[in-house]
Amino acid sequence: MIGFFIQRLLQAVLVVVAMSMLVFVGVYAIGNPIDVMIDPASSQALRESLIQRYGFDRPLYAQYFIFMGNLLHGDMGESFIYRLPVFGLIFSRLPATLELAISAMLIATLLGIPLGIWAGYKPDAVSSKVIMGVSVLGFSVPTFWVGLLLIMGFAVELRWLPSGGRGPVTELLGMKLSIGSWEGLSHLVLPAFNLALFKLGLLIRLARAGTVEVMSSDYVRFARAQGLSESKVLGLHVLKNISIPIVTVFGLEFGSTLAFAVVTETVFNWPGMGKLIIDSITVLDRPVMVAYLVLVVVLFVLINFVVDLIYGQLDPRIRIKAAQ
Amino acid sequence: MSLTLETRWSRLANFWADYRQSRVAVVALVVIAIVILAAVLAPLITPQDPYNQATLDLAAARLMPGEIGPGGYVHWLGTDAAGRDVFSAILYGLRTSLLVGVLAGTLALMLGGVVGLLAAYYGGRLEAVIMRVIDLQLSLPAILLALVLVALLGQGLPQLVAALALAQYAYFARTAHGAASAERNKDYIEAALSTPLPAMRVLFRHLLPNALPPLIVVATVQVANSIALEATLSFLGLGLPLTQPSLGSLISNGFQFLLSGRYWISIYPGIALMLTVVAINLVGDQVRYVLNPRRSR
Repeated sequence: MIGFFIQRLLQAVLVVVAMSMLVFVGVYAIGNPIDVMIDPASSQALRESLIQRYGFDRPLYAQYFIFMGNLLHGDMGESFIYRLPVFGLIFSRLPATLELAISAMLIATLLGIPLGIWAGYKPDAVSSKVIMGVSVLGFSVPTFWVGLLLIMGFAVELRWLPSGGRGPVTELLGMKLSIGSWEGLSHLVLPAFNLALFKLGLLIRLARAGTVEVMSSDYVRFARAQGLSESKVLGLHVLKNISIPIVTVFGLEFGSTLAFAVVTETVFNWPGMGKLIIDSITVLDRPVMVAYLVLVVVLFVLINFVVDLIYGQLDPRIRIKAAQ
Repeated sequence: MSLTLETRWSRLANFWADYRQSRVAVVALVVIAIVILAAVLAPLITPQDPYNQATLDLAAARLMPGEIGPGGYVHWLGTDAAGRDVFSAILYGLRTSLLVGVLAGTLALMLGGVVGLLAAYYGGRLEAVIMRVIDLQLSLPAILLALVLVALLGQGLPQLVAALALAQYAYFARTAHGAASAERNKDYIEAALSTPLPAMRVLFRHLLPNALPPLIVVATVQVANSIALEATLSFLGLGLPLTQPSLGSLISNGFQFLLSGRYWISIYPGIALMLTVVAINLVGDQVRYVLNPRRSR
């Protein structure tokens, strides 16, 4: 097990280093930040001094090593636009994004699993067909377009909910969160639901496929023969047996929910990390782009690493294959 | 050995007989046909060339759907802030969206197909490295990759197509690899390899056609994904500019007017986008179902 652990850890580190190089070289290749940052009318001396200060006169690999060195000290540079340390800037936006992503995952789970089980339990019912239709829509219709429809329906026409922004935040557990007040919560509902739709479609499909398979198994037949009520069969035997793949996907999908938040945050003007990265791409704020991308890569690699470990724990065959 | 024309036709007829079992899928196919026709014939059926600045009239700005503009014809879907006829803009936007989607899908199919086939054919180290990279890429969401690639490559149609293809080729590579690995060890490939035919010929004339059905399914779905992804990027302001609009840039253009109740500028292009993407996905679903060899008949 330790050998497996070390091997996977090395792989993960290798991936992070490779991706950080790619991101760094890639981001370096676009535009010239000097042109964006410095007023063209400024004097040559000022230009030179700024170029030197940011290290643009050094070769690319030197800039990369300086960047990585600083990164290991927890210093990701300073935003060209906000003139703030990037690390602090990104982390100040993190609670908003996390709140949105976690709310979306909750909505997707609490709605998706019961609906999926129902659709698998009664595959021929009209209600099940409707549920599957909704899941196809959640899958294929672009998120931003559904967001627009939600704004038009609930904010412009019905005037039930605000059309965007985060609303008031309250201090909870050391983070500024929206869920502390009704007003804040009302701002969260639409974006969270919007972000949830894709996962909702996915969870419905997973839960349905699992239920269909489990329903025809021997242990369900025996549970019924024992005289268990249908709700007990579903709640105990079916739910337990479909939960393993769902938990896996849930873990893996959390990272992609954070990534998709980019779209939802832009539609609903939600001040999270995603909005920050879009803004910095448009103004070529290089340090923010690099830092955000490296952070996301680390996050994904971390999630995959943990899932790999759990798999190895659950399934000895994977461990043995890896050790060979 | 190539199939005779007759067998090809009867295969196609069989396919169609299976395909039409689903009425929804047939409707979806009709929708796609109409969408493609409308996009191709756009200059003939639209009352206005929405991107010829000379024909735009500010007096026609922000007309409600159904109003008659200064041009003397009815704007069935209204006009936008610059006086563009929304109906015309949608058809022209469809052209761009379809072009980007099909180009990106085809490019990704070729790139991913070749990578996957090579990995399956040569095996060993090469296969291990390629598949590890593919797995890694598949673990990252396509939207994130596309975002990064667009940021790296810059704006414009060729760059956008390249970014979308690179963000999505991994799906094709994995599918091609899976299908080709299964075929690789069959007798006919061994037989072909034992002849003095060059490896490339065996690869592309024998292995590829037999690995094709799953790739076709992925291709349909990926074209829809490319269109949706392009629209998303354009909506975020990172795709195509309004001078070369796709459905996404049209929706983005109308978004600012949504809150003031002028819904038509972004809602109608959005409906066109949704119809197209959902129809392609439905067709893809049905094709997958028909081509699935394990399907119970």
